[in-house]
Amino acid sequence: MEAEMESSVLTTKVVVLNPEGLHARPADLLVRTAARFAADVQLAKDGQWVDCKSILSILTLGAEQGTALDVAASGDDAGDALAAIVELFARGFYENHEPAPPA
Amino acid sequence: MKFSDFISVKAIRSDLASQDKPGVIAELVQSLVDAGEIQADTKADIIAAILKREELGSTGIGRGVAVPHTKHASVDKLIGTVGVSSGGVDFSSLDAEKVQLFFLLISPPERPGDHLRALESITRQLRDDTFCRFLKQARSVDDIRQLLEEADNHQFMG
Repeated sequence: MEAEMESSVLTTKVVVLNPEGLHARPADLLVRTAARFAADVQLAKDGQWVDCKSILSILTLGAEQGTALDVAASGDDAGDALAAIVELFARGFYENHEPAPPA
Repeated sequence: MKFSDFISVKAIRSDLASQDKPGVIAELVQSLVDAGEIQADTKADIIAAILKREELGSTGIGRGVAVPHTKHASVDKLIGTVGVSSGGVDFSSLDAEKVQLFFLLISPPERPGDHLRALESITRQLRDDTFCRFLKQARSVDDIRQLLEEADNHQFMG
């Protein structure tokens, strides 16, 4: 499933830092975070793009600790969406800092 | 990872009787005890751990599917079962839909990769509407077993 690449697509790379990888709870946090923005947000592992607003799709990536992912966002608030997603990865989805902040 | 790598066929339930989250989880964990996959004396602890995980956020991931799970030191390999509820159960799912299809997973504490690969297999297959619908409509353990086998043989990948 290829993302629809609009003219103003912002992209960046993130790495899965938390030891447990992108399991259900981080995926839920990603969806809740992406859903705060109007922007279309997509994640990719090895060129396989999935909707960052669908937990089912995110879980199909099976991304373990150390996996590099591409993130692409398009829309008016794409920059803010991308920053929020990058922050989540950088903080390892708060897995060592329970409880996670409200998304 | 294939379903046959972690789903205990003997523990599959095609006719879950429970009407709520704790009931469904207890029923599925009991099915793993009955199948000889986990020890009876770990049951209460495992049920409590799965319910505690649900408190952090429902594992109802949408499409009428939930993946209740926990780590537990008593298992030395990832083990799981499948349950179908024809009427559906309120699982506080992310999309607020009732859940008809359950994949319950118990994994060893130090094997997060196996858990991720099981989630990957389940969600990849469930993206196929036909597979997802057939599983929810399955009315016998044999129907479910056959659907999982066909998925393992890539008959739904398309």
